[in-house]
Amino acid sequence: MNVAKVLGNLVSTVKDPNLKGRTILCIEPLGGREPALFAIDAVGAGAGETVLYTTGREASFAFLPDFVPCNAAIVGIVDEIREAKK
Amino acid sequence: MKLGKVVGTVVATRKDSRLEGLKLLVVATLDPDGKKDGFYEVAADTVQAGFRETVLICTGSSARMTARTEHAPVDATIVAIVDAVTLDYK
Repeated sequence: MNVAKVLGNLVSTVKDPNLKGRTILCIEPLGGREPALFAIDAVGAGAGETVLYTTGREASFAFLPDFVPCNAAIVGIVDEIREAKK
Repeated sequence: MKLGKVVGTVVATRKDSRLEGLKLLVVATLDPDGKKDGFYEVAADTVQAGFRETVLICTGSSARMTARTEHAPVDATIVAIVDAVTLDYK
């Protein structure tokens, strides 16, 4: 899991039946070292928000009992990140 | 999940029986701006994508989560044909 900023969305008409009605968002992991990717939204996030996302097979577990073919899912909206003082 | 552009097809006569009837496409992966990043992937097509179309690909074991690729030995699947990408907060 990692945190990312939502950059925007993707529009698609022809897609897998289990992706119908799902929002596909473009996210950029915070830190700037990983490239942007596309993730399916499970929590109702929007552009500009900071979100928590999961990658890999486990990402599709966010949509159970539906079998959604995705390897990145947004599973939380981040309110704040606190860092310990060094 | 990544964007890709369909740049070719793969023809294979001898293959795993669970791959029979699956369309295999060569996809050049793109960054979200639509620029090619120099990498390629052979992906199973489940949405009847065509040549030069921009598609969304799902990789890893979740590539087997479509009805068509369930139990098939694939690790990349085209799951959507992309109409538009809007990046307002880039």
